[in-house]
Amino acid sequence: MKSSRLWIVAPALTLFAGAASANDELIKLSKDPNQWVMPSGNYANTRYSELNQINKDNVKNLRPMWTFSTGVLRGHEGGPLVIGDVMYVHSPFPNYVFALDLNNNGRILWKYEPKQDPTVIPVMCCDTVNRGVAYGDGKIFLNQADTTLVALDAKTGQPVWSVKNGDPKKGETGTSAPLVVKDKVLVGISGGEFGVQARVTAYNIKDGSLAWKAYSGGPDNEILFDANTTELGKPVGKDSSTKTWQGDQWKIGGGATWGWISYDPQLNLVYYGSGNPSTWNPVQRPGDNKWSMTIFARNPDTGVAKWVYQMTPHDQWDYDGINEMILADINVKGQPTKALVHFDRNGFGYTLNRETGALLVAEKYDPKVNWATKVDMQTGRPQVVAEYAPGSAGEDKNYKQICPAALGSKDQQPAAFSPKTGLFYVPTNHVCMDYEPFKVSYTAGQPYVGATLSMYPPQGENNLGNFIAWDAGAGKIIWSDPEPFSVWSGALATAGDIVFYGTLEGYLKAVDMQTGKELYRFKTPSGIIGNVNTFTHGGKQYIGVLSGVGGWAGIGMAAGLTKDTDGLGAVGAYKALANYTQLGGVLTVFGLPE
Amino acid sequence: MRVFPPLFCVVAALFLRAGVTLAAEDNQSTEKPYTVVDGKVDKKTFNGWRRYTESCLRCHGPDGAGSSYGPDLVDSVKHMTQDEFNEVVVNGRTNVNAANTNVMPPFGEVEDVVTYLDDIWAYLKARADGVLGRGRPPRIGD
Repeated sequence: MKSSRLWIVAPALTLFAGAASANDELIKLSKDPNQWVMPSGNYANTRYSELNQINKDNVKNLRPMWTFSTGVLRGHEGGPLVIGDVMYVHSPFPNYVFALDLNNNGRILWKYEPKQDPTVIPVMCCDTVNRGVAYGDGKIFLNQADTTLVALDAKTGQPVWSVKNGDPKKGETGTSAPLVVKDKVLVGISGGEFGVQARVTAYNIKDGSLAWKAYSGGPDNEILFDANTTELGKPVGKDSSTKTWQGDQWKIGGGATWGWISYDPQLNLVYYGSGNPSTWNPVQRPGDNKWSMTIFARNPDTGVAKWVYQMTPHDQWDYDGINEMILADINVKGQPTKALVHFDRNGFGYTLNRETGALLVAEKYDPKVNWATKVDMQTGRPQVVAEYAPGSAGEDKNYKQICPAALGSKDQQPAAFSPKTGLFYVPTNHVCMDYEPFKVSYTAGQPYVGATLSMYPPQGENNLGNFIAWDAGAGKIIWSDPEPFSVWSGALATAGDIVFYGTLEGYLKAVDMQTGKELYRFKTPSGIIGNVNTFTHGGKQYIGVLSGVGGWAGIGMAAGLTKDTDGLGAVGAYKALANYTQLGGVLTVFGLPE
Repeated sequence: MRVFPPLFCVVAALFLRAGVTLAAEDNQSTEKPYTVVDGKVDKKTFNGWRRYTESCLRCHGPDGAGSSYGPDLVDSVKHMTQDEFNEVVVNGRTNVNAANTNVMPPFGEVEDVVTYLDDIWAYLKARADGVLGRGRPPRIGD
């Protein structure tokens, strides 16, 4: 009972110490490579670890040490946290959270099982995934499918508080991982295919009370823009969002915030992206549809936007801008730069100055990208090719051979950055599409899509994915490893000069950071759409990854792609993912033999 | 779409002879809910593909082929009548227990689905009967 007295004292101290306590703890913990305290490993979202016991010389000896089944069949995105001697593992709907005792072979210390109305299941676009939990102030934060944000006591698993962040009846759901910043927990919302008005919301970690709410589209007081909010160095001015929509379409305009959030404590800014404007039929929503498809830099205390950059104005392809923002100090064209690097669904790798929002580099990270020739570096606008722009010649017309497909050249599966090489390691998709927009009507809680879509490999090619190394200062691919399927797993780079990633068939792979040469592979029980992490326990380094195929990758590829033989010619009948792997959530923890 | 129907009629007329032959055969066996001529489909079947893609693909995968999330409907419709199919689409189906978390939502009040139940059925039956492959079906007259 000594500990409970401590708990009473701790909040009182927090009141006097002010906002910084949870933040200071997290900054300190995230610098300790022995733990993995936030979904992306650190606030900069680099997914890089200083650990080097497992390295390019000995990784060939890696082997599974222990495994753990979540008991859930659906797609397992995200990855576990490790704090001290405890690992926290989450699952897709019904969103179990397990606390596993690393001192006792992963014995279950506690299990949390929320009671959720199953009618939320079919309003989750593309599987009931969840991208992980967050830790801060002695609590584990879970963003449930039904949008309940719950704070669990990290020691007991008992709910401390919970708050409803959205309404599944309108198609609002929870899939993203929260992020704790200072005394707040930030959480996004999913539902871009259901015409939601999306936002990022900050709750006070103490009691779950609302701190601020910043919409992706709407009036200035809802999007939290002020006179100082800029795009590419210029103030965006009044009504920057509403004037780019017809009438009040912004109210069902999407811009879902289902990806990752990063944070720069020195600049005091959080970064994230917004998703597609609703509907997928661009003819029905003339205008730039701001601020969908946008990178936001906001003050975490107030939510006010310092700068924004819309990558894909008036989206015609479903190129959500939600992929992770990696904060790295790198040389950009010879200049040391506080950079933000982002691999967008639209196939361009963007490098920006994360302090000012200035656009420095925008280059294709898949040579097949054809919907735009380039990004105009003065205006920031992509130079769109009409032939590959659905809606440019009206609706009810099939626009063919567009690359990338709506999956994007990369989806949410996060890339890694190694300060040792200065390179980014990026899991990518290599898929093209035909896209035909048509008229739809909006009904709350029903899909609001209005486009048909066929996906297939680029002409003359037979690999649906690549794992690449990217120089974000120059905007160049350094090496590229072809993969038979899209790479849908988050990467991990380590000081052992290796990069890890998972594949849809279920392999965990390790490759040489310099050359991309494969050094190790092991086939886990199911396809990997989770993110690889690393930690130590008892002085020994481990690698952890969730397998469990599903998500948009599982929906699109289980039966193989449309016209899949086109890309293959004589190779013949193409691969359906279902021939390689089946469902089932399992955590596998790897280590070196004694 | 306003331009389309007259064009469609002209081309349909061209195929009339073939259509009559098909219909005669159909009357002797079971009537098919779709028309497929030389790999091209009638307006109804095409609309079925479009509505399928709008409202069903997200769970059941492209072209009714099934996914890691929802069952293969090309197979399912082989084992059910249209009345049974309509019943599931309109009222939904829930199978949530220790092993499964499958929920088919009710589409009874979704205009873009209930209005076109016959069309979606026609498309899936054409796929199930093997007369239509994957991808966007070409329309008679395209």
